[in-house]
Amino acid sequence: MINAKMLRQALPFLSLAVVLVATFIIQPRTMSYFGLNLMLQYAVPIALATIAQMFVITCNDLDLSIGPFVGLVSCIGATLLLDNPVMGVAALVALILVYAAVGGLIQARNLPSIVVTLGLAFIWLGIAVLILPSPGGKAPQWLKSLMALQTPIIPFPIIAAVVIGLVIQFALMKTSLGVIARGAGGNPVALTRAGWSMFKTKAILFGIAGFFGVLSGLSLLGLTTSGDAHIADRYTLYSIAGVILGGGNFIGGRVSPMGAVIGALTLALAGSFLIFLRISPDWQIGAQGAILIIVLALRALVTRGGQVAA
Amino acid sequence: MSDHTSTIRLDGVEKSFGAVRALAGVTLAIAPGECLGLVGHNGAGKSTLMHLLAGTLSPSAGSISIGGETHSGGWTTAAAQTHGVRCVFQELSLCPNLTVAENARVLHASLRGIGWKARASALIMEKLNQIFPKHGIHADDEVADLAIGKRQMVEIARAFTVTEQPLSLVILDEPTSSLDAITAKQLLEHVKRETARGLSIILISHILGEVLSTAHRIVVMKDAKVVADKPGAKFSRDSLVEAMGSEHHTAKIAKAKAAQTAAREMVIETAGKSFHVGKGEIVGLAGLAANGQTAMLMRIFSGRECKVSAPIAFIAGDRQSDGIFNLWSIARNATVRSYGALSKRGLISLSKEAELAETWKEKLAIRTPDMENAILTLSGGNQQKTLFARALSSDAGIILMDDPMRGVDVGTKQEVYGLIHEQAAEGRSFVWYTTEFEELTHCDRVYVFRNGAVTAELLSDDLTEQRVLQASFAEKAA
Amino acid sequence: MTRVTRLAREAWPWTFLAAFAVWLATITYTGGQGSGAILTAALSFATFSVIVGLGQMLVFTSGPGNVDLSIPATITLAGVVAMKVMDTDNARLLIGIAAALGAAFTVGLANYALIRVLRIPPIIATLSSSFLVLSTAISYGRGIRIKPPPLLADFATARIMGVPLVAIFTVILSIILAQILLRTVYGRSLLATGQNARAAWLSGLDPERTRLITYVASALLAGVAGLCLSGFSGGAALNMGEEFLLASIAVVVIGGTSVAGGKASVPGIWGAALFMYLLVSMLNTFGASAGIRLILTGVIIIAVIVAATRDTGGR
Repeated sequence: MINAKMLRQALPFLSLAVVLVATFIIQPRTMSYFGLNLMLQYAVPIALATIAQMFVITCNDLDLSIGPFVGLVSCIGATLLLDNPVMGVAALVALILVYAAVGGLIQARNLPSIVVTLGLAFIWLGIAVLILPSPGGKAPQWLKSLMALQTPIIPFPIIAAVVIGLVIQFALMKTSLGVIARGAGGNPVALTRAGWSMFKTKAILFGIAGFFGVLSGLSLLGLTTSGDAHIADRYTLYSIAGVILGGGNFIGGRVSPMGAVIGALTLALAGSFLIFLRISPDWQIGAQGAILIIVLALRALVTRGGQVAA
Repeated sequence: MSDHTSTIRLDGVEKSFGAVRALAGVTLAIAPGECLGLVGHNGAGKSTLMHLLAGTLSPSAGSISIGGETHSGGWTTAAAQTHGVRCVFQELSLCPNLTVAENARVLHASLRGIGWKARASALIMEKLNQIFPKHGIHADDEVADLAIGKRQMVEIARAFTVTEQPLSLVILDEPTSSLDAITAKQLLEHVKRETARGLSIILISHILGEVLSTAHRIVVMKDAKVVADKPGAKFSRDSLVEAMGSEHHTAKIAKAKAAQTAAREMVIETAGKSFHVGKGEIVGLAGLAANGQTAMLMRIFSGRECKVSAPIAFIAGDRQSDGIFNLWSIARNATVRSYGALSKRGLISLSKEAELAETWKEKLAIRTPDMENAILTLSGGNQQKTLFARALSSDAGIILMDDPMRGVDVGTKQEVYGLIHEQAAEGRSFVWYTTEFEELTHCDRVYVFRNGAVTAELLSDDLTEQRVLQASFAEKAA
Repeated sequence: MTRVTRLAREAWPWTFLAAFAVWLATITYTGGQGSGAILTAALSFATFSVIVGLGQMLVFTSGPGNVDLSIPATITLAGVVAMKVMDTDNARLLIGIAAALGAAFTVGLANYALIRVLRIPPIIATLSSSFLVLSTAISYGRGIRIKPPPLLADFATARIMGVPLVAIFTVILSIILAQILLRTVYGRSLLATGQNARAAWLSGLDPERTRLITYVASALLAGVAGLCLSGFSGGAALNMGEEFLLASIAVVVIGGTSVAGGKASVPGIWGAALFMYLLVSMLNTFGASAGIRLILTGVIIIAVIVAATRDTGGR
């Protein structure tokens, strides 16, 4: 018996499958190790940024600064981290702490996260431009080799994405602390009544978001091999879209880590798919928008169908 | 009862919200193994009392002591937890996006590490099995997917689970409001078993039968005070109802005008004709809070399944969520329902608007130096008058009132009552939901609601508080 | 309360004060040189932020968390459509304007439909639609850059006694919009819906219709900005809208429009837009780098929202 809820949960996977199968049919050569590797290499940084966004959405907030943040990390990685690894790591840790502090501030002062993170976006971009006024720098060798890893049989991006998804899925959905994180989005009042601190919870969730933002920036740097302040400006939109495509809701602590990764993969694939369709690259973002709207429409349909049945 | 034998003791506890006094000096003690029934009409202060015990509110004055230890200021949620005080709140405090087992985890910090989920499931399922055999709930069910009754069962069972901290007092606020007769009975049996084992329980309920059958002692609250405190056996249903009501209103109130419903032209009529309102009539909606009265007003307002033949204006009782525009001036709040009359060629005339606001400031005696001041500079009663001005200054022929006198002082009430009669005489119809009996005496006709349905229709001549209460309270759970 | 104290509690007088202070600091540094030129430039560039800011303001005002992310894409689409339809021909000016505004109108309608039919938050609805709109613009506007018809370019760059014509036109537009907010049923409905949509409905207003008009108006204003911008900068560019995403939100927030909805400030948009531009030009004069300018912008936005939230929270 298939119910509306199962259908809803399956939707992200179905969307990915549809895009993937369509790509294979149109361009059978992509069904190879190198084809998949090429199509999906950028899925890793996008997936990591999406995971970062997901942690913020878990506690009913939104992060408009994740794109510039990823850009900033790529700049630090291409300069400070290369020249002085200790200072580089310290700088990245400091950035994560700033993220956590912002989460705490938003909770303590009851600020609208959209505006605070918008301000933050300017600040990240500013620091990044100070570090690297124009694209440049060099990725540390270890990063480049990591991202160019040739894994046997299954291409590295797929393994990386699945591992990331599964680990976060376990941490957020199966551990006792993950329960508290999701509870913070589901019913903050109940959480406070049970004696948990919303301030701490939100600071930690934002901190985790910062951590994954750092990972996203470094993995992107490993692929591009040089830093650029503006390289990831689109990631803000991608990450939000990825979470939503993956079945997450904006409020209520309903997110799906595996779904978010799948959503990111779908977005990354959609671009290649259109190139193979010989539709001009102009429509790449348009297709992403269309996929988003179609998935949301399907979801609305499924949800409404479920309500009618119930 | 001496201090060391009581689980928890309140001494002269007071609580005010702005000008409204929710508790006016309550002294109360609960002994180990005692089930205390707490009854009273809406707004009597029961819920406030419970929030104080749970530590979610702190008292304005007085002290709370537990096990002989006095907490005058430091009684917090954390303190309540370590002393084993648990609450089942009326608004559910489960996380809807989590499973049953995960919600158990939220309450118990000790449920962590490897195997937490198995332990949490075992804990909550054992309690559910114990209290509600054959409950049909699984530990992996997401709370949002459960029916409201099952959610309440989970919430109740969760309150009785024990891990590291002891359990000394459980407060149940309307625990059976969403339970069916069988599960309600199971809960009451459980309450008896637990008290026999030494646990203290406070049972707040509108279903008098279950309080009478379960509580060792019954405390009646009225107007923020304790008005009766006797062993349960000393009460009967009638004496409880009597203690809750006010003596001087139990007598029938004679009314000057005898309204003939049949002769009136109908302005509201429901599909089944079970509910109707005539032109110039004042119709009261009575019964306990949230028993379908507001839903009826909404049905009329949106014209669902009923025929409405005049423009409608609505006067909110819950000012914050349904009425006031916080950022606006008094004048703008008063005129928002009248833009049609104030506009000329699509533009609102600011001078006419100010004039209208001024007129109604006079008529309702809104106490403010300037109608341009922010609405929040007014007291609650004057804010409420502004909402009356909004509706009465409009072109509406039907005025819906959603218990609009909550927290309004006596003087203001009298002024408004006079105005309502005056307006009704001019042909305006009023549908008036109220939780105060005295206000029903101003109505030509009263419908009493219970569980979303009309259980009695009383003409003003037949109206007594006893009859309203009899129709409002169910004998036992439905 | 006197007029002065009431004024001081609003945000917008402070934005003008801040803009003036920044200008003063700049011309003091330059020894009075180019003080007029700076103002003219500020008016020219601030005007575009004001036009889109007004639209974003309406959307913000319609309720907590409401935002229009499709503004940049709509600007680009309108610019591209206008340039292509006009095809540098003065005679085709009107039909070009109609086509551009028609495209913008469609975007607004689509945004509202997505919010209403799919029941998704405005931020995600306008985000998804912006992807599609931008692609449409890129695809349609592919190829060589088309110049604007001379008439449009003249209008967009003309000045009367140093004051850009577009700025004058935008001031008039602002006054009209302020009147709409103050004196029409739509304006009052918008303010009421933003404060409390349920109370607005119970007061006999129509929140849904209000939202529809709001999203359409925001898109139309973005369309107007796209038209003026392409006239001003010699044609439509595919990235012409980009900077206005953050700018439109920033001027609204700094100008004192409430993020929680229900409170709009038209003069605040002007003050904030002038302040933002003059700040940048001051920092330029001082020789500060682009990085410092961006960081300062961000710090100001956060400081303003912290201060504004404390104001309402304390009451």
